[in-house]
Amino acid sequence: MDAILTPAESEALFLSLRISGVAVLSALPFAFAAALFLARSRFPGKTLVDGFIHVPLVLPPVAVGFLLLTVFGTRAGLGGWLFAHLGIRFVFSWTGAALASAIITFPFQVRAIRLALESVDAGLNEAAETLGASWWDRLVNVTLPLALPGIAAGLVTAFAASLGEFGAIITFVSNIPGETRTLPLAIYTALQAPGGEAEAARLSILSILLALVFMSLAEYATRRAKAEQ
Amino acid sequence: MSIDVALRHDFGGFVLDARFTVARRGVTALFGPSGAGKTTIVNAIAGTFRPRRGRIVVDGRLLFDSDSATSLPARLRRTGYVFQDSRLFPHMSVEDNLLFGWRRAQVRADSAEIGRIVALLGLEPLLPRRPRALSGGEKSRVALGRALLSSPDILLLDEPLAALDAARRAEILPYLETLRDEARLPMLYVSHNLDEVARLADDIVVLREGRVVRQGSVFDILTELELPAFAGTKPLGAVIAIKVGERRGDGLTALAFDGGTLLVPELRQPPGTRLRVRIRAEEIMLALEEPRTISANNVLLMHVRDIGRDAEGHADVQLLCGATRLVARITCASLERLQLASGKPVFAIVKSVTVDTAMRGGAD
Repeated sequence: MDAILTPAESEALFLSLRISGVAVLSALPFAFAAALFLARSRFPGKTLVDGFIHVPLVLPPVAVGFLLLTVFGTRAGLGGWLFAHLGIRFVFSWTGAALASAIITFPFQVRAIRLALESVDAGLNEAAETLGASWWDRLVNVTLPLALPGIAAGLVTAFAASLGEFGAIITFVSNIPGETRTLPLAIYTALQAPGGEAEAARLSILSILLALVFMSLAEYATRRAKAEQ
Repeated sequence: MSIDVALRHDFGGFVLDARFTVARRGVTALFGPSGAGKTTIVNAIAGTFRPRRGRIVVDGRLLFDSDSATSLPARLRRTGYVFQDSRLFPHMSVEDNLLFGWRRAQVRADSAEIGRIVALLGLEPLLPRRPRALSGGEKSRVALGRALLSSPDILLLDEPLAALDAARRAEILPYLETLRDEARLPMLYVSHNLDEVARLADDIVVLREGRVVRQGSVFDILTELELPAFAGTKPLGAVIAIKVGERRGDGLTALAFDGGTLLVPELRQPPGTRLRVRIRAEEIMLALEEPRTISANNVLLMHVRDIGRDAEGHADVQLLCGATRLVARITCASLERLQLASGKPVFAIVKSVTVDTAMRGGAD
């Protein structure tokens, strides 16, 4: 790896992978709950909730970063309280980058999981119910296994999208080498320095390769999901 | 054993308003054209559909009662539901599908029962397979086994044969017949196929546009002259309960029924076996004098009980002999010529008797 990438570059690569991994996995339970809620419940105003969940998809990431800063900044309300009482700090920290990525890619996960849940034949749930299975039992033993490939596809898509996050991260947690400087931020930094084009090109090619790998993984999972039906 | 159902639900345009009682064990057919509300009734009993008003009692257990706001959750109702589309879990092996309900049963059948049902339905070679590797008929059998192993109080079968072609249907029917005769389990069988009903049912509840229009034993309902009018089918003929008699040595076997004897080509069943035979309305000729030199083996002296005519020039003559009813379909012209009327004695020449060899007697 060192032959191709400088230590700073591989640091950016592994930081990106770690931040995206943590972001996607910690958002998963919330995304699953939201998707289940949207897939199963009927109530007036559901469209509004659905719209709200998808807001990060259309909002400028910089705006998301700014909002996070106002909420989680150490001098702000919630952020100040978290720092004073629990010592948890998001700003200028890789965990903050993960939080920003999680919020930006949340809609990807919800959408994929919801589609996966809705594609599970409702009749199977009914059959399981007449066979004595409770709500949890049906969720764990019927719905979940059948939705699993779709959920995996959503997870991988969200992960790939998270690798490319720039605006929210740089606004919320700044551009700190080894802490918050992910691949896109490293490319940006390289371009700021004179003669950095070669490094930027290498990092861009790396990003393209990563995107290809994870998108084919997502595609594979989607095809598995279809075969399962 | 009893099933008490009274339901009322307004679907906006279509009103389901059905009540019926089944007093005995055996197979009760919910029979009627599609859209009559049959599946909705079964769903209400299973608990997957909640009617606005009504009361459902199975074997003394109150499952649903709108007056006291009682509705047992579907998973606690102990109804074995066999869906039209099988609904096997695609991510589980046949074995895990079969055991899904068994593992969750409130009163679990002992493991010997598993082997018995697997053998009864011929499921042994299918156990390790996934549902997608099964034929339509095999899926139906697995769905049946899965429902049985959940130790239900009642078996609900929603057109389990409708998705199958004639050959597959013929493959499953004997299993259902065996089940009827061996499982001490009441069954509610939804069907719009009178032929299936004639083979399987002990009682028939006829539904039309959300209402129960007739209810009675299979023997009575099938010979009702108004059957075409209220069920929208042509008369099928009669189903008769018989007992196999001794071999006669002339290649024929005598079948005793309430009111006489039928002769059919030799049967394999031992004497004393109770069976059902079917005689189609078109297979009976009527004569005023006893025909002495005739190839038909069965000439029965009967009485005309009732006569019905349809617009196409057919006349259906309901005949009575002891407690047994037959229907003969002749032309209106023949009816005039013979001057048949209620109470008149007549000879029924039965051209053929259908004996389904896998068929047994049904509930007493």
